[in-house]
Amino acid sequence: MDAKSRVRIATTSLAGCFGCHTSFLDIDERLFDLVRQVDFDRSPLTDIKQVGDCDIGLIEGGVCNAENVHVLREFREHCRILVALGACAINGGLPAQRNHLSLASVLQEVYLTAPGPAGGLIPNDPELPLPLDKVHPLHEVVHVDYFIPGCPPSADAIWQVLTDLVAGREPVLAQRLIHFD
Amino acid sequence: MNAFKLDGRDIPFEPGQTILQAVQAAGQEIPHLCYHPDFKPHGSCKLCSVRINGRMVSSCTAPAHDGMTVESDMPDINEERRTLLQMLFVEGNHFCPSCEKSGACRLQASAYELKMMSPHYDHFFPDRPVDASHADYLLDTNRCILCSLCVRASRDVDGKNVFALSGRGIHTRLIVNAKSGRLGDTDFSGEDKAAHVCPVGAILRKRVGFAVPIGQRPFDPPHEGD
Repeated sequence: MDAKSRVRIATTSLAGCFGCHTSFLDIDERLFDLVRQVDFDRSPLTDIKQVGDCDIGLIEGGVCNAENVHVLREFREHCRILVALGACAINGGLPAQRNHLSLASVLQEVYLTAPGPAGGLIPNDPELPLPLDKVHPLHEVVHVDYFIPGCPPSADAIWQVLTDLVAGREPVLAQRLIHFD
Repeated sequence: MNAFKLDGRDIPFEPGQTILQAVQAAGQEIPHLCYHPDFKPHGSCKLCSVRINGRMVSSCTAPAHDGMTVESDMPDINEERRTLLQMLFVEGNHFCPSCEKSGACRLQASAYELKMMSPHYDHFFPDRPVDASHADYLLDTNRCILCSLCVRASRDVDGKNVFALSGRGIHTRLIVNAKSGRLGDTDFSGEDKAAHVCPVGAILRKRVGFAVPIGQRPFDPPHEGD
């Protein structure tokens, strides 16, 4: 198989916990089967800094700050198929439990009020991405082609969807592989 | 004998039975959330909708008629049921990963059964305060699907009238019939029928969460080979 016909996959974590990537790695030895058929573009598992043209983009985590929005749009632009991986990408997940609090009160509590080494300053360097006032699912920002539910999705579910997509099939999850928790 | 056809199968019924009652008596199922055999039907969740002569009706309230043809397990009807589930999911805060009812929740199990992969719509992210005033129970109405089972159980079985649905439109919510609006200021107790009918994680007993191992919860899928 020449480099051109090989499937190219990018992955990223936005407001995620890296648990979906860990569950992805839980495919264990099947990872060797996978890397015989695919190349990885930008991913926490590679050293590529900018996402290039890809067939599949896997995204874990919701959208909680300005950089997340930027990366998500880049992935949408460069990935033919975009997959929302896990509860956070699908509905904001547990981080979206901050949506009923005001962002100002959260920052004040963490950096100003709570005891600890915070130093009494809400970080204000322009290097840091500004948090959004609410956490959003991916599909509220860009079009998403497929969703793999779970917190995290099981390795079998991720394997099923990936192998279906790599083979050019419409991904179908058996009912036992669908869970939200 | 009176009978009708459900997806081509004969379903016998007694006069006065609804379609859903007859189907359940015949050992079959139609997806549903707000229907419970111990209570009068409510007709709010619409998940039990079936098609008769091209028209959608709620099978929990529609009476069975001799010789009628009912469609239920059809791709387009299940698609509409999925849409209803997606609407319920985005209207509330259904963060299953931290919900004590996960694996024992009828809303979640219905979503699995109908293969709901995502909630599809924009989320409402409601912001209703949790009521933890009661010694043994807590109330998170951000998960409430307004099935009114607790209302019916408390009013019709317990004779306590602890709960009610209040407000209009999207502002409709479950309220507690106490001057303070708090569950702790009612005579609600764990002995009540109303304490055991919530199909989701809105009414939860305190201090018993996460006691059942994953794999053994009521709606966990059977192991392969079982």
